[in-house]
Amino acid sequence: MWHVGTVVALNDETETVRTVRLKVSNWRSHVAGQHVDVRVTASDGYSAVRSYSIASAPNSDGHLELTIERLPEGEVSPYLTQEVEVGDRLELRGPIGGWFVWRNYQTEPVQLIGGGSGIVPLMAMIRSRASAGSSAPFRLLYSVREPSAVLYRDELHTLSNRDYPVTVSYAYTRAIPQGWPRPPGHIDASLIANTTWPSNLAPICYVCGPTSFVETIAGLLTACGHGTDKIRAERFGPTGEPQ
Amino acid sequence: MSSDNDYLDGNAAAGELSSIFATDITAAEGQCANCGATKRFAEAHVYMQTPGVVARCAACEHVLLRVVNVRHRIFLDVRGMTFLSFDTSQDRRTVQAAS
Repeated sequence: MWHVGTVVALNDETETVRTVRLKVSNWRSHVAGQHVDVRVTASDGYSAVRSYSIASAPNSDGHLELTIERLPEGEVSPYLTQEVEVGDRLELRGPIGGWFVWRNYQTEPVQLIGGGSGIVPLMAMIRSRASAGSSAPFRLLYSVREPSAVLYRDELHTLSNRDYPVTVSYAYTRAIPQGWPRPPGHIDASLIANTTWPSNLAPICYVCGPTSFVETIAGLLTACGHGTDKIRAERFGPTGEPQ
Repeated sequence: MSSDNDYLDGNAAAGELSSIFATDITAAEGQCANCGATKRFAEAHVYMQTPGVVARCAACEHVLLRVVNVRHRIFLDVRGMTFLSFDTSQDRRTVQAAS
């Protein structure tokens, strides 16, 4: 049930976001979009469990990467983003989920829409597509606070400038890069209409972000004619375990 | 309840429920015993603030499932669903693709 993973690398993505690379023995390869539960136990025996999306592409060698955002009031994320060191061991449960997943034999158009660290499982799908050499038509609409908060910027740039590119669009909600044509703001109907696959192509839409983000985007997509059966969502937020 | 957006979804409960169900529950289809809506468990509104997990129907907010973990004993209440159906073909295909 619970596996032990060893931290093999750490990478700071931004000031508050870190990627933790783990090696896990006897680990069943994941599918892009899945998450794991991480259990951290203090020396007094108190333990806390949190869910984190897997960021890396599926592989058969027991490696996985979790990209974790530090929440100021968090119980687990400050430990995972500031204190954990290479060689440390973490308890993991998973991989978890069979609905919010993209399997690399899928060929239909895919629309990814992520808010903040909601990009993480979508990045696993993009990486899975790249590593499988898939040409499934992919578009990403990425809502992010400000330019310095963008995760995986260089990699997304590379993947959007090659054969069978992933089309990447950004929505900056608080601060924009110099010369950016759109003022800061949340994703709205016109951005959906101008940057995402039209509903007549019947794309499968993966939406990940905080609950309010997911509800807003799902409403915008259905208003554009996307069927609710084509929209798959994953909501995240502070979980209600004892603080 | 739903207006406060203080819920997550069935994905968030899947780890806890993996200690009960051998097959992934997020892709399973469940029918609400109250309104009859049949949806994937991933779509349920899940409340984690309670001492345990409560999943409610995304259409009518009727309680579908409750799970409480107390001292090495798990209590599961699924009265809110008339059925829960699991697709096992995907698991097989994944295994074949990996081998």
